[in-house]
Amino acid sequence: MKIVKIIAIILLVAFVGIQFIPTTRNQSDTVPSTDFMLVNNVPETIQKKLQVSCYDCHSNNTQYPWYNKIQPVAWFLEDHIKEGKAELNFNEWDSLSSRRKASKLRSIIKQIENGEMPLNSYTLIHNEATFTEAEAEELINFITQLKDSL
Amino acid sequence: MSKLKSTLGIVAIAFITLTVMSCKDNSKEQNSTDGDHSQMNHDNSDGHHDGEKKEMAMSGDSNAQAVLNDYFNLKNALVGDDNGKAKELGATLATSLGNFDASQYTDTQQSELKDIVEDAVEHAEHISESDIAHQREHFKVLSKDVIDMVAITGAEMKLYEQFCPMYDGGTAWLSTKEEVRNPYYGSQMLKCGKVQREIN
Repeated sequence: MKIVKIIAIILLVAFVGIQFIPTTRNQSDTVPSTDFMLVNNVPETIQKKLQVSCYDCHSNNTQYPWYNKIQPVAWFLEDHIKEGKAELNFNEWDSLSSRRKASKLRSIIKQIENGEMPLNSYTLIHNEATFTEAEAEELINFITQLKDSL
Repeated sequence: MSKLKSTLGIVAIAFITLTVMSCKDNSKEQNSTDGDHSQMNHDNSDGHHDGEKKEMAMSGDSNAQAVLNDYFNLKNALVGDDNGKAKELGATLATSLGNFDASQYTDTQQSELKDIVEDAVEHAEHISESDIAHQREHFKVLSKDVIDMVAITGAEMKLYEQFCPMYDGGTAWLSTKEEVRNPYYGSQMLKCGKVQREIN
């Protein structure tokens, strides 16, 4: 029994301890002029949907719920955001060439079509990020149009 | 007592997660060392290329030829429905694209080539980690990139631009042989398509 207690205490200390390890937070007050919403004429409903479903991992500004500030959850999240932004950062949209934009738009369409994005681990907590069939269709139509106009 | 148990449970979960996370970090580090490796290869091959440069100006771009060869190997793997091989060859192609040296071209060509290569690398990398349906989706855009590259660099051998009207609203690819072997359908529709252009 004593051993169990000791282990519990050690683990508790470790848990508290890791809270002090700093993480990089993905937050920014400004929206750069290259932002996807600023350079494209995006209908309001789609703007809202993108903001809720995509921007947390694909922009420079994440809306953090409280539990995402706790380790090790925060690390898990940091990793995802880093990866997400490397693939596609909506804030830097207009810095891409037409070729790259077309590639990205194509990927967006495919991933929404196949239900690969938003990630399940994300929609599990952010229920509102899930796309209904109608929302998916609306977005895909818009993105297709945008791609064809490039 | 049960309180202690549940606290213990929570803490244990936290600890396990932490351990898993640190493992992940480790594997990341390893990856980045791998990255350095390819960087080194890159540097080496750059030195190697310098020697070839004069010759290159005479008979096409051996740089682009390396990309083309890897592209054709990848295409053949897709024709053969070989997901695993296509993964490997996608990675190989990503490396040869990374080694691509555009310095012999004009500024406009260089920026266009840089754009093409950047896009193509991304698709090649995706191919190296996807299932075959995804690989084919990426191969479509990759093919467009490579066709645009050839328009600037030229090629040492005769090439056939082939076209399949059925795949994703119509899709092109390059081949060294005239007879059609469809990389988008493989054995499912091996001969679907036609030659739409001859290069060289």
